[in-house]
Amino acid sequence: MLRRLLAIAGKEIRQLKRDRLTFGMIVGVPLLQILLFGYAIDLDVRNVEAAVADHANTSLSRQLIASADASQVVKITRSASGPEELRELLDTGQIDVGIFIPPDFERRVIDGHRPVGQLLINGSDPTVERIARGLSEMPLPGQRARQLLFAPRTYYNPERRSPVNIVPALIGVILHMTMVLFTAIAIVRERERGNLEMLITTPVKPAELMLGKITPYVLIGLIQVTLIVLVSRWLFDVPVRGSITDLYLASMFFILASLALGLTVSTFAKTQFEAMQLTVFTFLPSILLSGFMFPFEGMPRAAQWIGEVIPLTHFVRLSRGILVRGTEIGALHREIWPLLVFFAVFMVVATLRFKKRLD
Amino acid sequence: MSESVAISAKGLTKRFGDLTAVDSIDLEIPEAAIYGFLGPNGSGKSTAIRMLCGLLTPSAGEVEVLGYKVPGQAEKVKREIGYMTQKFSLYEDLTVTENLKFLATVYGVPANKLKETVDGAVERYWLTEQRSQFAATLSGGQKQRLALAGATLHRPRLLILDEPTSAVDPQSRRDFWDILFGLAEEGTTVLVSSHYMDEAERCHRLAILDEGRVVAEGRPRDLIRDIGAGVVEIETSAPRAARDCLEKIDGVQSVAQLGARLHALTAKSVEDPEGLVSNALKQADVDAEVATVMANLEDVFVVATRLNHEQGKSNDAA
Repeated sequence: MLRRLLAIAGKEIRQLKRDRLTFGMIVGVPLLQILLFGYAIDLDVRNVEAAVADHANTSLSRQLIASADASQVVKITRSASGPEELRELLDTGQIDVGIFIPPDFERRVIDGHRPVGQLLINGSDPTVERIARGLSEMPLPGQRARQLLFAPRTYYNPERRSPVNIVPALIGVILHMTMVLFTAIAIVRERERGNLEMLITTPVKPAELMLGKITPYVLIGLIQVTLIVLVSRWLFDVPVRGSITDLYLASMFFILASLALGLTVSTFAKTQFEAMQLTVFTFLPSILLSGFMFPFEGMPRAAQWIGEVIPLTHFVRLSRGILVRGTEIGALHREIWPLLVFFAVFMVVATLRFKKRLD
Repeated sequence: MSESVAISAKGLTKRFGDLTAVDSIDLEIPEAAIYGFLGPNGSGKSTAIRMLCGLLTPSAGEVEVLGYKVPGQAEKVKREIGYMTQKFSLYEDLTVTENLKFLATVYGVPANKLKETVDGAVERYWLTEQRSQFAATLSGGQKQRLALAGATLHRPRLLILDEPTSAVDPQSRRDFWDILFGLAEEGTTVLVSSHYMDEAERCHRLAILDEGRVVAEGRPRDLIRDIGAGVVEIETSAPRAARDCLEKIDGVQSVAQLGARLHALTAKSVEDPEGLVSNALKQADVDAEVATVMANLEDVFVVATRLNHEQGKSNDAA
């Protein structure tokens, strides 16, 4: 049993070493993704383009505009004649925020009950909307900031750097993508090239074939984890606060779940192309419902239930816990057993569906 | 013949939707002999072979291979058969020895005998020079020998070969058959499918398949002797005209061209086939030399498939 399993694993590693494209993907996909996500995605939005229509035109109103510009939240790129023109600029997408200061600005400041001006905000981009709303909290120039109700104290990522939020989850996204795809293709390729017809006339058992096929990819997955952690530490200063052994353990459970999913995909696909399509199909729900893109807490109940089934959800919680909060894996056991159950269920499904027959 | 039976099948049938690929065939394949499946593409050879290996589930019928019921005990059978697929199915990105080592391990050759087994196979199948070459870079004949080496590593009692020589030059084909004879002498049962007449002639026994049915079965020599038709060979400088003329004559079942010669097959009821043919040609003013000859396997094939078609038609009418 073990000998046959190892023979298949050994053969798979040999073939992998000779398959330059796949080998390139093992290193290339993580590098590319981490650079893209690390550099291009910054949740701290700055320099939203804005225009001003200042009908008051007093020294105070000019100071206000200057301090809005100085906050770097908005960048005032033009001025407009009035609210109508601001609206027009919003419609045509030339600005995302319009600042209108009415002629009675000074009186409103003294009055203190009414807002002193108006913000016209592009609500079609939720992030811009959220950031621009922050402008309305801005204190008037020369005045003390309003008294705060609570003093916020942000733990784990006080500078609110995006890579710290993104990289731990990104490890899971990259692993899911490569692991599911590699295994799905690895089996389908044997079928496409006719190797499977030969293999199934040998005494190989389906379980040996399945386990032998995924063993090399567990190692490859762990290599990818190492690569991502090293690069993100070096380029983006993403911390590893917990134990690295815990991270490897958590990754291994997640890799196993992803590989089992890949094997199941392979039993449905007839060609490598179909395997790829099906992989993308499994990829979307994972990205959207795992809490990687959107906060889990904000999703409707039904979506949360589905999310709980998805391995990536649990891995995102595990890796954020271990990397960012420095939690020990034992304290996160609630996220581990769903991964193991997922692995077991899909392994059984794949093994049952894989018949040693051609029909 | 009272020797033991390697494969027996009764009423073996495989349907794919509306298509009946294999139609209720009965087989009895003796041990330690080379048994051939002869038939054109699409005659059901591969489907029948795959059912015998347990790769396809029969729609109906019973199969026993080496004393095991198939597909029920297919996994036990798999330890004792070697199967060589029609398309080269070893790993092209592994070398000759890597492929053989892998297969030997999978077939359960013990670790301490692994090297010996692989080295022996490399030598036996003349692959010594190619041993560290990738399978993808081998020639057709070398690939085929590698596939055969892989299928015989575990000393199977039954070797099943699906059109093994379709991508191979004539010399390689002859070498290949020498190996098969050697294996049969050692006691291996060999089941081989082919659409080459000369290969079929080398088999100890033969089943001719057409449209999923066994239309003739027996030793090649017996089949030729019992052809049930007269065979007239015609040598002429105007084969086209001779053919057109003969095809219109009652009693002539078919005319086939073999190089410069024609073979006309006449019905059993015709008492003097040679006279019938030469008279017909004289009347049509075609200059030709005519002689009654021994049938060859191709004639057997033509007669058998023709009968099958006629029966098929009369069955449809009834």
